[in-house]
Amino acid sequence: MSEYIHDKKVKELEVMANKIRQSVIEMLVEAGSGHTAGSLGMADIFTAFYFHILNHDPKNPDWPDRDRLILSNGHICPVRYAAMAHAGYFPVEELKTLRKFGSRLQGHPERSALPGVETTSGPLGSGLGQAAGIAYGARMDGKKFRVYCAMSDGEHETGNLWESAMFAGKNKLHNLTGIIDRNNIQINGFTEDVMPLEPLRAKYEAFNWHVIDVDGHNIEEFVDAIEETKAIFEKPTVIIAHTIPGKGIPEIEFDYDWHGKPPKPEEGEKFLRELRTLGGKIKSEHE
Amino acid sequence: MNINKDAFLIEDLSKAEKAPTRDGYGKGLVDLGEKDERVVVLCADLAESTRSHWFKEKFPDRYIEIGVAEQNLAAIASGLANYGKIPFISSYAVFSPGRNNEQIRTTISLSILPVKIAGAHAGVSVGPDGATHQALEDIALMRVQPNMTVVVPCDAIETRKATIAISDCCAGPAYLRFGREKSPIFTTEKTPFQIGKAIVLREGNDATIVGCGMLLYNALVAAEELSKEGIEVAVINSHTVKPLDVETILNSVKKTKAVVSVEEHQIAGGLGSAVAEALSQNFPAPQEFIGIRDRFGKSGETDELIEAFGMGSKSIKEAVKKVIKRKSK
Repeated sequence: MSEYIHDKKVKELEVMANKIRQSVIEMLVEAGSGHTAGSLGMADIFTAFYFHILNHDPKNPDWPDRDRLILSNGHICPVRYAAMAHAGYFPVEELKTLRKFGSRLQGHPERSALPGVETTSGPLGSGLGQAAGIAYGARMDGKKFRVYCAMSDGEHETGNLWESAMFAGKNKLHNLTGIIDRNNIQINGFTEDVMPLEPLRAKYEAFNWHVIDVDGHNIEEFVDAIEETKAIFEKPTVIIAHTIPGKGIPEIEFDYDWHGKPPKPEEGEKFLRELRTLGGKIKSEHE
Repeated sequence: MNINKDAFLIEDLSKAEKAPTRDGYGKGLVDLGEKDERVVVLCADLAESTRSHWFKEKFPDRYIEIGVAEQNLAAIASGLANYGKIPFISSYAVFSPGRNNEQIRTTISLSILPVKIAGAHAGVSVGPDGATHQALEDIALMRVQPNMTVVVPCDAIETRKATIAISDCCAGPAYLRFGREKSPIFTTEKTPFQIGKAIVLREGNDATIVGCGMLLYNALVAAEELSKEGIEVAVINSHTVKPLDVETILNSVKKTKAVVSVEEHQIAGGLGSAVAEALSQNFPAPQEFIGIRDRFGKSGETDELIEAFGMGSKSIKEAVKKVIKRKSK
């Protein structure tokens, strides 16, 4: 049992994560393109951030003392947009504009298009550097807010990311926390087949980071890990969140073919039914 | 004498003192450090040769060492600017904006963040280091990025002014290009400097030279010599390549009906291209290009390289005569 979050709150967050997954499916079906597996896989963590962890104000997204959540692998922006909309940053109906002409919800997120997305991302490997830059600047000025950087596992094949890891380790950026979506897939296959990342923990430790492994679908465990990072003063921390790509939809789970494609409309209907009934365990109010 | 008095140039070109433009950058950074708390300087293991070390000595807490990691140089700076700092990132132009071009594109230009990119050791004038270290495509790389301001000052004094100006001028990013070797100082403290406002250094009715960087000295020498032959050439210092001061250039070319662009850069995509784009849309005129013709640089001494690549005052004079011949009768 967690020291930091009540069971009741965990249950509320799990319900919200399910809603966010439904929004992700609806958005991607409507858009006709986009990234499904990673967006579903990170739904629990983005729910935990927007509805429990972040010190933020959806009505005042530029509040200078807000915690920063940087999304490095911008292609999973559907989950971020969905979490932001449900948290009150903008109307939930706007989610349907994803990837459409004139939308603030660009195919990959743009800082200047939508308040609250913090950075422009999509090209992989440079989110951690941006997060480290924010954390460094904040520390120069004695600011107390925290900087979180969500990354994919696949982008750990880029050199820029390790340059940033080296910088953060050298500068002991304890106000910076990385979160790795360790779902083991990338476009061309499983990460360990494309270009092995293991031992990932040992790599970060060698770069002078504190490392915590968690089940990325266990909100309680994730919240505990975030609390632990706040007590680590001599190093930045990375949380390796072991996740299931496509989590919540059995047809998508573990299948790297779902990295970069959306559900077809008829698939979307089926997947939404699965989410609403928790895989047939309960009767949905919609049936 | 057709020298424009309002440009406040030195009186005798042949007596110009010399200093590297990078010294102007280093001094400008120190000026900025004193006047703006938000200014921070990042460097990728080249503090002394980019003259960032002068800032480092004075403001050690606002100097951030990145190591040999130019992609990270851009990404960390993006984060610092995102938070509220005004980061200057110092490296050689071949590495920044060369190696880190995509990081600059995504995390700085598309993000509209006030990161100031200082590309040192630009041009063949770098000398003995050779082609690997002689940036000849950096203006082109930066000019095609929306939101980016591009400035190429002509001597150490102007580089100091430009360093301060790019910090003050724009909420967005800027690229400042300068060289390694000593080059003649022909402007003075009184010479005006404003981003986006070209300076008419010399008036003339036969042809217009539009240049940037240290080669403008050669252009002025060429113009002086041509004057003795009865050819009067206007010389415009287009230190801001983007946004180009089309008005000032047009005003001159409408009189002269011929233009020679002068830059220590590939002809493709540089200042000359920008001038040609502007003229072809507004007032088509014959143009000759002084610059690098689709080649890489080479090792050698600065002066011999400038001559060998056809960028000396003699080559500029020939280009002026050629373009005048091309004018329609």
